[in-house]
Amino acid sequence: MNICTYPNHRRVLHGGAMLLCALLASACSKPPPSRVDGGDPERGRLLVQQYQCAACHFIPEVQGPAGDAGPSLQYMGRLSYIAGGIPNQPDNMIRFLQNPPQVKPGTLMPALGISEEEARHMAAFMYTLK
Amino acid sequence: MNDIQSVLHPAGLDAAIIHQFSWVLFVGGTVIFLFVMALLALGMRRAARPIRPAVWIFGAGIAFPVIVLTALLAWSTWRSAQLAPQTSHNAMTISVTGKMWWWEVRYRDPAGGGREIIGANEIYIPVGETIYLGLTASDVIHSLWVPSLAGKRDMIPGRVTGLTLRADKAGTYRGQCAEYCGAQHANMAFHVIALPRPEFDAWLARQAQPAAPADTTVLQRGRDAFLEQRCQACHTIRGVTDSAAALQMATPIADTSRLGPDLTHVGSRRHIAAGTLKNHTGTLAGWIADPQSIKPGVFMPPSQELDGETLRAMATYLEHLK
Repeated sequence: MNICTYPNHRRVLHGGAMLLCALLASACSKPPPSRVDGGDPERGRLLVQQYQCAACHFIPEVQGPAGDAGPSLQYMGRLSYIAGGIPNQPDNMIRFLQNPPQVKPGTLMPALGISEEEARHMAAFMYTLK
Repeated sequence: MNDIQSVLHPAGLDAAIIHQFSWVLFVGGTVIFLFVMALLALGMRRAARPIRPAVWIFGAGIAFPVIVLTALLAWSTWRSAQLAPQTSHNAMTISVTGKMWWWEVRYRDPAGGGREIIGANEIYIPVGETIYLGLTASDVIHSLWVPSLAGKRDMIPGRVTGLTLRADKAGTYRGQCAEYCGAQHANMAFHVIALPRPEFDAWLARQAQPAAPADTTVLQRGRDAFLEQRCQACHTIRGVTDSAAALQMATPIADTSRLGPDLTHVGSRRHIAAGTLKNHTGTLAGWIADPQSIKPGVFMPPSQELDGETLRAMATYLEHLK
């Protein structure tokens, strides 16, 4: 049976094909814009790897020992707070990455001499972890 | 391409000879294999020509291997004779002890006096000079291998073996344990750093110095925490753990201060935990806080009860020990 001979079916098929095209197009389009101005998540990921954050944290897509001296960062992008008390906003994240003890006195996490630009990329990467 | 640890990128004479052997055997074996497969294909043809079995049995079965293997034996004997002699004569000697899971490296003090300069996980050598590594192990059998420079040599507890090394190009070469030695065998790496002679001498002179003084409040806090945590039970910081104040805190038990790596110049090293992590304040802090999650099974216990400020001060202090 050729379903295309029925006008109603043809309309459904057309609609379905357009929906499929739209889905494919959205799948192929660019990833959602970074939550951090001027931050490149991929560069951030490489920086996170380079600074060996995985010595203390479990971080998806970052190689390393996945230590547990620090919390897992698996869902960092959707947590409400950084370090258990600072609102998880890009500006706070950038400041925290650059100098954790200044933002949260008493934290175990040391300042690693990360520049503002590097922190910006790393923060952008943090918001991809959901 | 990353050739820091590669038999295909020899940087010394011995490694070059081993590299040549590998290629000759690999290419020669491939040619012979293809030849045999071609004969097999010819023999399986339906209309195969009749052959004279005696010619093939005596020619290809006996004469060919005898000639090829004799030639190979002669050539490899001649080439092997050109490998550096495994002797400490006319060579600078460095002692390396394999431990679970790191390397203790000891140099003789050129100033004399029979003193040794002790480091860990990094073997500095002068470029173009023959070095004799005196090898042993303190617990189980390890094996030292720097693929770019030389072959392997087992390190056996209670025995001293030796390996001659020579780097013809300045650079950093990675090596690792080549004999399974327990849970963290895979994380037991080290680096050989070949420097021109003057730079090597300067480096050794710096290593011979006692630890850098703690001249800020944070550094003093880190140093004091190091002693309060009794890190000196396993680690040495020359000028600190052997000071009168430290000895007053805890009576040293003979030889235990060498259970862990000498930390007198730990900040000058590129990696910590035998090539496991790059060396900076962050990784040092992470390592002190919980070595077991980074290198499970390692003998160092975690110190998770440390407060943040103390932990950061300790990491800053260790990083300062250049």
